[in-house]
Amino acid sequence: MLEIRNLHAGVEGAEILKGIDLTVNAGEVHAVMGPNGSGKSTLAQVLAGHSAYEVTAGSVTYDGRDLLGMDPDERAIAGVFLAFQYPVEIRGITNAYFLQSAINAVRKARGEEELDTLDFAELLEEKLKVIGWDDSLIHRAVNDGFSGGEKKRNEILQLAVLEPRLAVLDETDSGLDIDAVKAVAEAVNKLRSPDRAFVVVTHYQRILNYIVPDHVHVLSDGCIVRSGSRDLALELEAKGYDWLREESAVV
Amino acid sequence: MTPVVDVQESARRYVAEFEAFSEDGGGSAPGWLSERQAAAMARFAEVGFPTTRQEAWRFTDVRAIAQKDFVRASAPIGRVVSPDAVDAFLLGDRDRYSAVFVGGYYDEELSSVAGLPIGVKLGSLASALETHGELIEQHLARYTTHDNPFTTLNTAFIDDGAFVFIPRGTVLDRPLQLVFVASPESDEPSVWHPRSLVIVEREVEASLVESYVAAGGGSYWTNAVTEVVVGEGARLNTYRIQREDGQAYHTATTQSYQERDSVYSCVTFALGASLTRHDINAVLDGEGAECTLDGLSLLTGRQHVDHHTTLEHAKPHCTSWEYFNGIFDERARGVFNGRIVVRPGAQRTDSKQTNNNLLLSERARADSQPQLEIYADDVKCTHGATLGPIDERQLYYLQTRGMGQDAARNLLTYGFCGEVLNAVTLDDLRRQLDELVRGRLAASVQKRGTR
Repeated sequence: MLEIRNLHAGVEGAEILKGIDLTVNAGEVHAVMGPNGSGKSTLAQVLAGHSAYEVTAGSVTYDGRDLLGMDPDERAIAGVFLAFQYPVEIRGITNAYFLQSAINAVRKARGEEELDTLDFAELLEEKLKVIGWDDSLIHRAVNDGFSGGEKKRNEILQLAVLEPRLAVLDETDSGLDIDAVKAVAEAVNKLRSPDRAFVVVTHYQRILNYIVPDHVHVLSDGCIVRSGSRDLALELEAKGYDWLREESAVV
Repeated sequence: MTPVVDVQESARRYVAEFEAFSEDGGGSAPGWLSERQAAAMARFAEVGFPTTRQEAWRFTDVRAIAQKDFVRASAPIGRVVSPDAVDAFLLGDRDRYSAVFVGGYYDEELSSVAGLPIGVKLGSLASALETHGELIEQHLARYTTHDNPFTTLNTAFIDDGAFVFIPRGTVLDRPLQLVFVASPESDEPSVWHPRSLVIVEREVEASLVESYVAAGGGSYWTNAVTEVVVGEGARLNTYRIQREDGQAYHTATTQSYQERDSVYSCVTFALGASLTRHDINAVLDGEGAECTLDGLSLLTGRQHVDHHTTLEHAKPHCTSWEYFNGIFDERARGVFNGRIVVRPGAQRTDSKQTNNNLLLSERARADSQPQLEIYADDVKCTHGATLGPIDERQLYYLQTRGMGQDAARNLLTYGFCGEVLNAVTLDDLRRQLDELVRGRLAASVQKRGTR
């Protein structure tokens, strides 16, 4: 589904990603771990199409298409979703209206019929049921005055409604207490399916106790320095990141 | 270049007209009113039209008004507006309470006042001067000041407008509606000076919608003044919708006076006119009074809007909130001046002012100026202003959710409107305004597409 080859990218002339290779297949969950400044968020933003990040070499192919040649909205329409590390507040727009606008933009672009308010309300109710949440965030302005946990939950709610094929979660667990991490992880687990892939970008192993990854990659100084199974995450938890950095420095 | 002389010359025209007017109507206006009118005119004759050299008019050039020969509408004759044309501007159905004014004069045929609760008056100020003379004498032109030349001009030419009286303890189940319809004669520029007085006695609960609309285009100038008195413990929500013709001029003052424990709100929408200057002056003159002033301006082309607000905290323990959003496209321009005055002894004043301006084009402009005058020491006054184009972070966020550039910009602009639209608690009105705003935004996106 997703093929990243020798990806180099940076911001304002500073190279942050220095040759990433990563293959993600449908149905898989990949965890990308790494210390602060290793390039995790850059990778997430490059996949979503943030214009501040410049790709200097390499390629990203999504479903056989050149992802890097697509605008952010085209990527979303093609089924790529990024759950933001820092979700953006939009005052004056309710979550419900925002979600309806988003899903209709996607449906319109795909040549599907747009949902009216009633159809959308039905869909929303169904999605909330799937992830087991109430509608308390729905009628509030988008992320406006939300707690950290509410903002992250709101990202997952959008994921549930927009039904992407590739979902990238950028430090969705950061800053959350254990109950909030569990709630987010449980919702993500319910959204796992054979034709949907997840890339879980995280600093901590904790969330991987609940979202069990098929593959774990460790990012350090813009390169994937190690890939492995879930056990790698546990090893990192026990040893920290430093041993890897030293190891890669030797290599 | 001698603009000052020009301005004074145009002022003289109004002085001459006033002489004819007072001879004409001298018989019908009561003595006390004639005196107030003469005093107002004397003041106008002295200062004339304001110029951009004056601080309060620094960003707003009114020469376009001063130099034009407007003819004052002196009666509704010949200005016929069909009920259907007015219907579009009204809320609700047959059972509405509405007073309609054409060219500044009350139109009984178009109004609907049947079934008003006992004691509630809604109608013509001219008629009310005959029936409620003493009550009106206590209030009319008693709250407005002579600071703004346009206000004095309005006072000088008081002839008709709305009179609203809600007696003690009345709770209204639907809003009172005032609709001022501009119906310009095509051949000559017209001016009207509608004057309204709203008296709400103690413990009333009511809402009022005041609309300035156009039935047909043409060159005209509305110079309106509304005085509002909110009695002890009363709650009055007002909405003011200005959607004049795009060629029109609109100058206005909304002057409110609140007694203790009263709650007053004024949500204003500036959607029309080529030039708008609206002064909103609120006096909180009783402990525990609360006042909310919200506003939304949505302008394009070369439209200009100037909101000057003054919140005067005269007594302790009063609270005020102010939230003004402006959206300016193409070469439109917005001015916001928010003055908060805390009088000596008005301790525990709590006042919050916010002014946000969204500039949708590089040529649009906005100026925002807070003005705090605090003469008490135990107060909380905050103010904040923003100015700029659409937030790139927000734009990107929406794009990652599948929205194209235009759709995303449109939604964010709509959200900016939504912050004020959400303050409208009358569902019918909110729907109507929502539609209006969406229509405007869709049109502007379309226009941008063809640019």
